[in-house]
Amino acid sequence: MTVSQERVQEPEVNAETARSIGLTGEELERLKKILGRDPNWTELGITSALWSEHCSYKSSKIYLKEFPTEGAHVLQGPGENAGVVDIGHGWVAVFKMESHNHPSFIEPYQGSMTGVGGILRDIFTMGARPIACMDALRFGEIDAPRMRFLIDGVVRGIGGYGNCMGIPTVGGETGFHRCYNGNILVNAFALGIARRDRIFHARASGPGNPLLYVGSRTGRDGIHGATMASESFDKESEQKRPTVQVGDPFTEKVLLEACLDAMRTGAIVAIQDMGAAGLTSSTFEMAGRGGTGLRLDLDHVPLREPGLTPYEMMLSESQERMVLVAKKGREEELVKIFHRWGLEVATIGEVTSTGRAVLTWRGETAADIPIRPLTEEAPVYRRPVEEPADLAERWRAPEVPQPEDLRGTLESLLATPEFASKRWIWQQYDHTVRTNTVQGPGGDAAVLLLKGTPAGLAMTCDVNPVYCYFDPRRGGAQAVAEAVRNLACVGAEPVGLTDCLNFGNPERPEISWQFREAVRGISDACRALGVPVISGNVSFYNETEGESIYPTPAIAVVGVIPNLAALPDPWFRRAGDRIVLLGEDRSELGCAAYLRLLYGIEQGRPPEVDLDAELRLARLLRSLGLRGLVHTAHDLSEGGLLIALAEACFGPKRLGARVEVPLAGADLFSETQARAIVACPPASLDRVLKAAEEAGVPAREIGEVGGGDLEMRTGGETLKAPVAGLHEIWSTALPKALGL
Amino acid sequence: MKCGVVVFPGSNCDHDVYHVLKHVLDQEVSFLWHQDDTLKGCELIVLPGGFAYGDYLRAGALAALSPVMGAVKRHVEAGGLVLGVCNGFQVLLEAGLLPGAMRRNENLRFQCLDVHLLAERTDLPFTRGLKPGQVLRLPIAHAEGNYEDSPASLDALEANGQVVFRYCEPDGRVTPESNPNGAARNIAGVCNAKGNVLGLMPHPERASEQILGNTDGLAIFASAVQAGSRMAGARR
Repeated sequence: MTVSQERVQEPEVNAETARSIGLTGEELERLKKILGRDPNWTELGITSALWSEHCSYKSSKIYLKEFPTEGAHVLQGPGENAGVVDIGHGWVAVFKMESHNHPSFIEPYQGSMTGVGGILRDIFTMGARPIACMDALRFGEIDAPRMRFLIDGVVRGIGGYGNCMGIPTVGGETGFHRCYNGNILVNAFALGIARRDRIFHARASGPGNPLLYVGSRTGRDGIHGATMASESFDKESEQKRPTVQVGDPFTEKVLLEACLDAMRTGAIVAIQDMGAAGLTSSTFEMAGRGGTGLRLDLDHVPLREPGLTPYEMMLSESQERMVLVAKKGREEELVKIFHRWGLEVATIGEVTSTGRAVLTWRGETAADIPIRPLTEEAPVYRRPVEEPADLAERWRAPEVPQPEDLRGTLESLLATPEFASKRWIWQQYDHTVRTNTVQGPGGDAAVLLLKGTPAGLAMTCDVNPVYCYFDPRRGGAQAVAEAVRNLACVGAEPVGLTDCLNFGNPERPEISWQFREAVRGISDACRALGVPVISGNVSFYNETEGESIYPTPAIAVVGVIPNLAALPDPWFRRAGDRIVLLGEDRSELGCAAYLRLLYGIEQGRPPEVDLDAELRLARLLRSLGLRGLVHTAHDLSEGGLLIALAEACFGPKRLGARVEVPLAGADLFSETQARAIVACPPASLDRVLKAAEEAGVPAREIGEVGGGDLEMRTGGETLKAPVAGLHEIWSTALPKALGL
Repeated sequence: MKCGVVVFPGSNCDHDVYHVLKHVLDQEVSFLWHQDDTLKGCELIVLPGGFAYGDYLRAGALAALSPVMGAVKRHVEAGGLVLGVCNGFQVLLEAGLLPGAMRRNENLRFQCLDVHLLAERTDLPFTRGLKPGQVLRLPIAHAEGNYEDSPASLDALEANGQVVFRYCEPDGRVTPESNPNGAARNIAGVCNAKGNVLGLMPHPERASEQILGNTDGLAIFASAVQAGSRMAGARR
């Protein structure tokens, strides 16, 4: 067979042009060896996409193996479009989180839109109906150049997509730090549910089965998006706007309904969405997993404009497209369904048994490459790792200034974008559509009804990037522990975890060290707390002009609440309830928000993560919630006890509290882990304290709910602040900071 | 009595409305496809929320011209009941079945939050289950709910008693602060002159079950179902 080596106006294949699309000299040589000849430009482009960091995980693979991925509930771990866990009553939850950082920094509206669109396709391609989204966002300082534009665009984009799709955005987190001034993070999470026996996979099988293309036409947008996501930023990056895809949520909504209808026919063998690296990754990965081959007839790919070359067709990242393998002879049934929904369908090839991908175009062979060596045997790197030389200096305990005036200190913290209410953001997201939302954004964890059962689903996402920078292992473990604690507050038992690991350039030894350590920390915590990792995503090269972001492994954990009847609130519910502080009091202010936000001090080792204590606390919280003993459960995290108490006052009734605590001064903002506050009716107090004792969790009553003030007596000091005033500061700070 | 929920390709509250009618109120419910020119004998028609055909143009502008809307118009002329929620309200405006028009929210942002509504008409088929002056708490979720019409038309609307719901404070006072989207005269829902067509921006179907913490919306569906049943009975 002859493979065309010439293409009008296409660059010559050599080490330099290979490098220009992200392939190293060694990788080009590796490709030549696999082919037994020189690749043509199309083959080079396909390989560059498949071997990009984004698609191949070549720098992270060796570490990701450490994650525990199995558990009693896990039906599908990492390696598919999304992970699958059993949530009982015949249902499974399908979920994943993915980054869309680079596109969102270049073009925030379209970048975040297509981030949401991409993760939703990953969910429904598995046969699940998406029922919830969350977003983990990291912005720079609000006054940094372009930052207000970025925040506004990202929020509009996330809303624009999810709102139109009719999938509620029920939670997430938003942080601000100067390390993201040149590289914001947009991590989108989606969760769907399906009946246990209705899960679809992306494994192409059955030689002779046709390949169907469904959805939007292919245009020139997003070419080499996957490669862009695998590079660092510089001054020229804004010129990469054409590599950002454009989203069309209406088409995706139609695609969702049509795909779910089509899946019910039994005529679909395998299905995968076209995400990063579009037609290339979807077809190659399906055949790679199935151990089969492919014949692709590029003349039949629906095009938005004529004249696209095979290279462009294979690398376009036009959105809202799917590829599926149909059962031979049943194509018409599927075509009928897609046409009913107004979608275009084309047969673009078939499954073969050759193990090769053969692409034809205008009567010629445009590419002919073996699939497995490109997908399953992509290069794997063990990058040099180096602990930062100044680690001991970073861990030196900080000098801690004491607060002069407790009320003023509390008010100043509540007025920072970090602690301020994020309502301005989530009010732009539809969080009540689908009528499952029992607890929406703003609580410890989102809680959704699982219709037709007494059970609920809970989800949360967490990470503290400052902890992760100063001690990535501790930071990784802390993120998992906090997520599990948040779930425990609503009575949920964790069933699975997905992550979005955002780091700098892995070719820098310190970044690889951060990554290795963070993965270890996450793995430690997952093992100790019994949470399997079922899916995830790695985003490297988050740096601009050589400046890396702090390591930001965003962790999302999903849990099941067996019964929603006695769900506690994250805020005080009833006057007269007794407030109990659970956990140990220690003075741990390394990396604390108090020092960072009020004094500009980032110093010291983050708080210790005692995973046994976390496990005991989580078990206790779950049992208190399920037994209906507490009205309120809220965890202590960034900002410590005083912030947690203030937040608990910000419920619909704005109930105050009178407390007396053994802590004083700055220690009221200590970020000691494995702590929470609960509030219970006086009649339940003894039972709560007894349950804590039996669970091995330190517990003491610290006060009572009621009144319109937050009153606190500490060692020698008193704080008295009207809740209404604190609430006003907290609820208006973010729009004020944004200049709205 | 049969209820019908219209499904445009971009409807996304169709399942929610179906759920309330079918599982909360135990009614017979059918989905009505946008390309069909029939209502399958349904008495109560609900146009649900969503983004009918993407709404990249004006919300509801294309949907107003769809085959199913021809059937809906005939149903209205025959005195049948039609309830439009959110996007359904927008479609009814575009189709000329209700007076007025929608603009983008005053702050030009999508807004999802609970609002309070003052029920000004409690004698309609959709509101008989409400008490005069009752205040409801219901969620909104829209970017285009800024109701508008000429001052003269608004005067006529009020004079005819066609304003069914207004945004208000929890205690029922109609104030500028309680208006979430800039709607003229705080108008959240209107009916036609005959009173058999109601459109409102808030989502009663999202507030119809105790487990979701709010059942203020259920009375609207329950009233409509009851009225529909009576009409079906009278016809037989």
